[in-house]
Formats: sequence, structure tokens, C-alpha cells
Amino acid sequence: MKKELIELRINGRTHELASEPNALLLDVLRQDLVLTGSKRGCDDSSCGACTVMIDGVPMLSCALLAASCQGQEITTVEGVAEHGGLAAIQQAYGRWGGAQCGYCTPGFIMTVKHLLENNSDPSENEIRQALSGNLCRCTGYEQMYQAVKDAVEAERKGLAAAK
Amino acid sequence: MSEFSIIGKPVALVDAAQKTTGGGKYADDLSLPGMLVGKILHSPYPHARIRKISLRRAFAVEGVVAIVTGQDAPTSYGILPIGHDEHALVVDKVRYVGDNLACVAAVSESAAEKALELIDVEYELLPAWFDPEESMKAESDLIHENKPHNIEKEYHHVFGDPDAGFADADYVAEARYIANEVTHAAMEPHSTLASFEFDPQTGKQGRLTVWSSTQVPYYLQHKLSLVLDMPMSQIRVIKPLVGGGFGGKSEVIPLEIIAAVAARAAKAPVKITYTREEVFWAHRGRPRTIVDLKTGVKNDGRITAVRARVVQDGGGYCSYGPVTILYSGALLGALYDIPNVQYDGYRVLTNKPVCGAMRGHGTVNVRFAFESQLDEICARLKLDAADVRRKNLLKPPCITVNGLRVLSYGLPECVEKVAGASRWAVRRGRLGRGRGLGIACSHYVSGAANSIIKSDMPHSTVNIKIDRDGGVVVYTGAAEIGQGSDTMTAQIVAEVLGCSMARVKVIAADTDLTPIDLGSYSSRVTLMSGNAALRAAQDVRKKIEQAAAKKLNCAAEELVFRRDLIWKRGAEFEDLPATAAQGRIDGQILRGSVLQERKDQGARDHLSFEEAVVAAIDFSGALTGTGSYAPPADARGGKFKGAGVGPSPAYSYSAQVAEVSVDEETGQVTVHKIWAAHDCGRALNPVAVEGQVIGSVWMGLGQALQEEMIWKDGLLMNPGLLEYRSPSSVESPEIETFIVESIDPEGPFGAKEAGEGSLAATIPAIANAIYDAVGIRLREAPFTPERVLAALRAQKSQKKINMTEGVDPEQPETFREHGGSLWFRGKGPSRHPLDPAVRDDRVVEDQGAPITGEQD
Repeated sequence: MKKELIELRINGRTHELASEPNALLLDVLRQDLVLTGSKRGCDDSSCGACTVMIDGVPMLSCALLAASCQGQEITTVEGVAEHGGLAAIQQAYGRWGGAQCGYCTPGFIMTVKHLLENNSDPSENEIRQALSGNLCRCTGYEQMYQAVKDAVEAERKGLAAAK
Repeated sequence: MSEFSIIGKPVALVDAAQKTTGGGKYADDLSLPGMLVGKILHSPYPHARIRKISLRRAFAVEGVVAIVTGQDAPTSYGILPIGHDEHALVVDKVRYVGDNLACVAAVSESAAEKALELIDVEYELLPAWFDPEESMKAESDLIHENKPHNIEKEYHHVFGDPDAGFADADYVAEARYIANEVTHAAMEPHSTLASFEFDPQTGKQGRLTVWSSTQVPYYLQHKLSLVLDMPMSQIRVIKPLVGGGFGGKSEVIPLEIIAAVAARAAKAPVKITYTREEVFWAHRGRPRTIVDLKTGVKNDGRITAVRARVVQDGGGYCSYGPVTILYSGALLGALYDIPNVQYDGYRVLTNKPVCGAMRGHGTVNVRFAFESQLDEICARLKLDAADVRRKNLLKPPCITVNGLRVLSYGLPECVEKVAGASRWAVRRGRLGRGRGLGIACSHYVSGAANSIIKSDMPHSTVNIKIDRDGGVVVYTGAAEIGQGSDTMTAQIVAEVLGCSMARVKVIAADTDLTPIDLGSYSSRVTLMSGNAALRAAQDVRKKIEQAAAKKLNCAAEELVFRRDLIWKRGAEFEDLPATAAQGRIDGQILRGSVLQERKDQGARDHLSFEEAVVAAIDFSGALTGTGSYAPPADARGGKFKGAGVGPSPAYSYSAQVAEVSVDEETGQVTVHKIWAAHDCGRALNPVAVEGQVIGSVWMGLGQALQEEMIWKDGLLMNPGLLEYRSPSSVESPEIETFIVESIDPEGPFGAKEAGEGSLAATIPAIANAIYDAVGIRLREAPFTPERVLAALRAQKSQKKINMTEGVDPEQPETFREHGGSLWFRGKGPSRHPLDPAVRDDRVVEDQGAPITGEQD
């Protein structure tokens, strides 16, 4: 298929590139832009490892055409670290064992980021519901809940300190 | 001050930030200039001879660079020396749906896929074998000509006098248990990138570098050397980050060899990454296991004898089969003190994807049978299930009846922990109909005491290099696959050298740089690589001690290494805040002014880590240390045939209580909570240990309730993560862990395994809890709603649900056997009026009707 020029805004930076009209966002991210943080874990949009945010909404980049994402703000796991340091959720995932093999972790980080942006104090049940679209095979999810709670706590302390 | 500064403390994995930022590279994240994409042609037939493969049309596709078939690498291989029955690509016949026929290397995935469709293969179809017990009767059409009756291996072991044991028993239970096939489903699909470089002398293809998602880089190097007919020294295997293994990457997977064969033919780097469906075909998971089990007990619950006949459905090739069937026997009678054990194990070939090693290798399905039967016995004799386990404990240090050396045994404490936390004594049997508690135990090896390839080589070696920058570089062949092996290594080295974790860099699993390590399987890394790291660190510390002792004018034994300082034993520095140790001293400056300044200050009472290192380098010329580990001779087991599998330097122990409820209308089992106690010797990193235990329990939960590979004539019906459903976060219960530390004399700082042993107890704990809840005994896993419902109906003497009722009798029998769904009993589910499948001639009566299921 003939390539066409598209413009994608990813993690606050604009990239112009030629891609086939049927190219998936995940493949463009991983192969053309070498943003390999988003992972491919399945063939049928069932695992959530490729989750990115499109205009603040978590979506599966394996089920999106890259060309259809023009003009939208795409955030990948590479764009989560803030102010030159790990975001609270990234640090908490490390500290609480939320990431073992780490392959599903980028997808979870995006899902949790969205959860916390929309709910500053989620209950355990809300966390479980929010994470249910992402699969992990290592952790049994248990330590992820601790990580999310720890991140909520860290955010709260950070906000209190800023006041 | 505590005994240790880093050991026993919760530490974030050293690669955690790489994983949470997406910066870490897994095999599929790598690319090389000029890299081609490899795609494999798989067999659509379960058993067929290959008459002819024609590549002419495929080669004509634009972008195709090379196509390889079995003839390009005809040497057979296999993970076990006794099981070299696989080829990179088949040479004579295919043995399962998904077997590997040819590989296309092309400039793009689409070109490669197009070419695959144009490869013409002529097959001669052969009768296929799908059921292991049928397969064992085979006289002709054998899967491998040299395996009569399609039996890969059989073993017959008798320990003690089982006949006398059963004669002595007051009660004997006997039943058949079946655990269906499950697979690893690691989140990362297998991926391999292979690249040759030109030899400057000959101008031809020379060294090969392979980046692969593997748990066993050294075995991969070994098998590549065999199949490609190259010296091992010319092959470099690098393991990047690995996205989970669970055993699925613990042997050489076809694509790893195929990528190298294709790269050799294409004269360009080739990367092959499996689709998720291909991962299911590559499989190597836990075989469907049929266990005919007989247990004899005295009236007080003391076990007198056990007899098991185990048949495993191994799939089309040998893989780890003989090891799996031996583990099933070796661990059957070694958890408790059982004086008489008889074991007959059969590993059978069938025309299905190959089974291999999966978390809890060999022990899981047999443990499900044994712990379930023990529970049945308790119910029959009205004994408390926890008490019966207390009555049958080993008395370590001891040698079990089948020759396994047990030094540490935390099982009693594990049982007490979970019985206490779940309030077993007061709640068991008293939660009302529909809700119940179940208990079960398990154990596992901390590495195999005998290596796959018989030799006297050390199982693990670790080298350490420390330079004037004060950085500690550790070289280990151990394969980090997410279990935390790099972190464990860094912790041990930092503890011995009294330095911070940040100072330690771990270079791992690169066959050019790191010494040979057998890999990540059988839970061997913490004990074996950990011991090697411990010895390497002690070796290098000795050299630092010598120099430091001279500087501080004391004996080496008087030195304390802690918080990046070295001082003479005494109270002065014991309470020094850690920040005081963080001053940076440049090695080069030391030689001049700072050194002079120190001299002027007179006698010293402490050295910084850098100062000590520089002194040691000046003193001895270079600062390196090395250590290796081989299991001791007395832990290597008995002398009988098959005695090599099962022995380990140390065993972990686990006890669990599960609380479940059963919906008698739907057959749905809900697990509310699992209390899991695990004896890991010493928890070097408690967060990581808990993560491993929770992960094991959770994976056992999946096998207990919902994971099952469903076959139809050798074709996998659920080769995707939507259909092969591991539990999601909403289905996962709370798992409360208890770490039990028995401090094993053989382990590094007393540590044993933590990553696998807990899995096996979960399945029977849930089965036993279901019995407590509703009084049904499920002897086939997983305990799906269909099986639960069938058992509940049988209990109430209700008519058996005929799954095939209403199915078109004209359909082939095999289809009817699988039954499909209950919907076939009637005219099918009533559809929503707006459903596009509703044909126009149906009158839409009620637009707002809710979706309803069939009501009959």
C-alpha cells in the first residue's frame, strides 16, 4: 500500500512521517518512531499491553489506525515521567512489586494514570474494575493495588506540600 | 543494629524503572539495520508425511529474500540429551497442528505472509493420536518410529513395601483424578533476532549473535551450535529483558533456531516474533495428566502407603517429558513422611503441541490428586484435615524414602500460620451450605541437583570486577525473567561488600561476557546463582580486607564492611548515619593530595569504600573475584534409574487455606480469599518473595477455575487470550501471604526457592473448599461451572445434563462429543429484536424487550 504523509502529536512533540494508510498506531509507534514502550501481547485486542492515551482516554493502539489519530494528543508510557523524574505511580509500581517481568506494565501505567486523573481517591473495588481491561500473568494484581494506593498517598502528600 | 543491611529488606527491582518508563528493551523491541522479518509456515494437519514442498511461487513474491525448509538444518536437537527428536523445520513429517514447515525472510511482514500462502506442500495424511490412553495402544502409525506404543518414557519405582503398607492400612482410598492441559501464556510472545557478522579473515559469514526471549541462554547457545554446526565460541546469545517465562522459554523454542537458520540463508539479520496464536502452538505447557491414586491410612490419619499410576499427554515431541514424569513421582511421596510408595509413570506422545516445563514442573497435577484424596480420607474418617497433615510430617534432617535430602522443613509452621489466620479450627465446616474452607500443602525443589547434561561443571558461576571508580560490576549468567534474579544478585554482593545497591551493576545472561549459568528453571537461581554471587563477593572482599587491614593496622577479621565504609570493629561507626558514607572521593586525586592529607592526619580508624578499593588495586594489581556453585554430592539422590530427577539442595514448603462460595444455580465457584504460607528459607527481598508467592497462588487459581486448553481433533479451540482466560483483576481474590523462614544451611543467607512451590497447593485447596461448601468432590480440574453443575446434579440424583441433546445427530460424532453449548437443546437463545441476525420475517413484537436467555 502506498505510504502517505501523516502528522502525529506524541508526548507533546509533533512527528511527521510517511505511513501506509492501514498502519496501526502500535506499529507506527514501535517501528517508525522506536517508541517501543507500548507492547504487543496478543492478536485480538485482549491484553491491554499496548494501551496509550488519546486525548486523555486510554485506548488500545493495536486497534487504532495511525492516520486516524492525527490532530489528537497521544500519550505513551514514554511520556509519563514528569519533571525529570519518575511519576508517583511509576515509583510506586517499582517499590511495591507491581512490575515483575514488566511486559504488561506500560499498559497498566497508562490505565492507572487515567484512573487517578479522574478519581483522586479510588476504592479497592474501583481500582480492580479499572485494571480489569489489562492482563498481567506475573503478579496476581495484588501488589498493583498497593502500588496504586501508595501513588494516591504520594500525590496527596505532594499536593499538601505544594499548598 | 540488625544483622544485615540489605538482605531481608524490601528493595525495588533494579530494573523497575526501565519497566515502568517503557525504556527497557525486550527482544521484539530490538532492530538492526537491514533487518528482515521472518514468518513461519505451520502445519494445518496433526499427523502427515511431507511428500514435497514447492517454493517456486513463494520466491516470486516481491520482497522475499530467503525461504528455508528442513533441508537447510537437518540436524535434530532437543532440550534433553535423550530426546533429540526435533528439527528446526520438519524433515519428514509433521506431528501436530502448528508444527514448523518453512520460514520466509522478507523485507516486510506483509510480503512474508503473502509468500507463506504461496508455498505448496503435498501431504500424505496419517492417522493421528489425540488421547494418551488410546495412543498407548498404538501398534502402527507411530508418532516417532523408535517409540513403540507412542510411549516416550515410562518409569516404575517402588520404595519401601507398598503391598505391606496397604495391608497394614485401616482404610484405603482409590480414585482417578484428571488435570487438564494449561499453558504459560506469558505476556511477551516469544521473539528472536539473529545476526551473522563477516569474518575478516575468510570474508565469509562468521560469528552469530542471537538476542532471544529465553530463560536458558546457555542451552540455546549449545543447541544452536549443534544445529548450525558451528563452534559454541562463535555464537553469542544475549538475553534482553524477558516478559515472563513460567517455563515456556526454558528450552529451545523452534523460532530461536529458525531465526538463525533463516539469517544464515538470507545473509541479513532476521527477527521472528510469534503471534499469540503461534505462542499457543509453541506451548511446552503443563500436560493433561491422568492420576490413578491409592492411599492407605491408619484410623488416626497416619499414611501407610501410596500408589500412583500417572499418564501424561506429552504432545508430539519429547521436550522435557521424561523429567516431568519423573518429577511427578519424585515429589509425590516426599512432602510428608510416607514409608511405602509405588509409582508408575507414563509419558505418552500424541499429535498435539508439545508439553514441557511449566511453573511447578511435574508436581502440580499429582499434588492436586494427592491433597484431594487426603481430604476425602479425612471426610470419611471424620478427621481434621489440618491435623492429618500435622501427623504425617517429616522429621528433618532426614532422607525421604526415595532418597531426597531434607535439611530445613518449614511446613509445620506454614500449616499453623494459615490455620491460625483463617481460623480453621472454628470456621471449617461451619460457614453454612454454599461456603467453605479447604486446606492443602505443597513443596518444590530449589534447583535440580543434577544438571540436564551430565557433567561435573558448576551449575552457576559469578565474576566480580571492581575498579578505581568504586563501581562493582557483577557478571552472572543467571537469566532475569521478571522474578528478580538481577536484584537478588545485587543484594547479595552489596551485603557482603557493605556497599550501597546503587554501586552494584549487574551484567547478566550474555554468553560472551558472563560465565555459564544453567538458566532460570526449577527455581534454581536464588540458591545456585545466589551462592555463586555470595562466594564471588567473599572472594573479592578478602582482597579488599587484606589491603584495608594493612591501612588500618589491624587483622582482617576485625574489619566491618557497612554503609560504604570499612572500619575496625568497635562501637564508633555502628551508629553513623548512612549519609556520612556518601562522600565522593576520586580515585586519581587519592593518589596525590588526599592521600597526603590522610597521611598527615595520622593513624586512620576507617576507610571509605573507594579508598579501600584503590588500596586493594594498588596492592594486588587488579580487583576481581569469582565464585561458583555445584550441589553437594549428598544432595544428589539415589542410584536407581530416574533417581537424577527430584533431588535438590533444598526444598521449599507451602500450606494454603482457600475460602470459596459455590453458586448452586450456575455452578460458578468464587474464591474469596487464600491464605498462603511459604517457607522460602530466608526472604532476601520480602516484596519480591511475596510477589512470587502471590503470583504462584494466582496462577494455580487460574488452573483451578478456568484455564484449560480445549482440543478438537488436535486443533486448539482457544488459542488466544480472550478464549484461554486467565483471571482478570476483578476475578482475582485477596491473597494473604505469610513468609516462613527456616534458614536452610545450603542456601545463600539461608534462602530457598519462592517462585513455584506455592502453585501446587492452590488447586487442591480450592477443590477441598468446594467440598466443604457443597459436599461435591471434583476430581477433574479446572472446576468450571459445567463440571460443578454436573457434580451438583449427580449429588441430588438429578438427571445428568446431556450436553449433546438437541445437537443434529447427522453431525460427526466428534462434534457431538464436544457438545457445544446448552443452547443447542432448543431453538437457540432468543435474540434481541434489534439483533441483525433476526430475520425480517420474524415479527418484532416488543421493541423494548430485554435480552433473555433460553428459559427451559
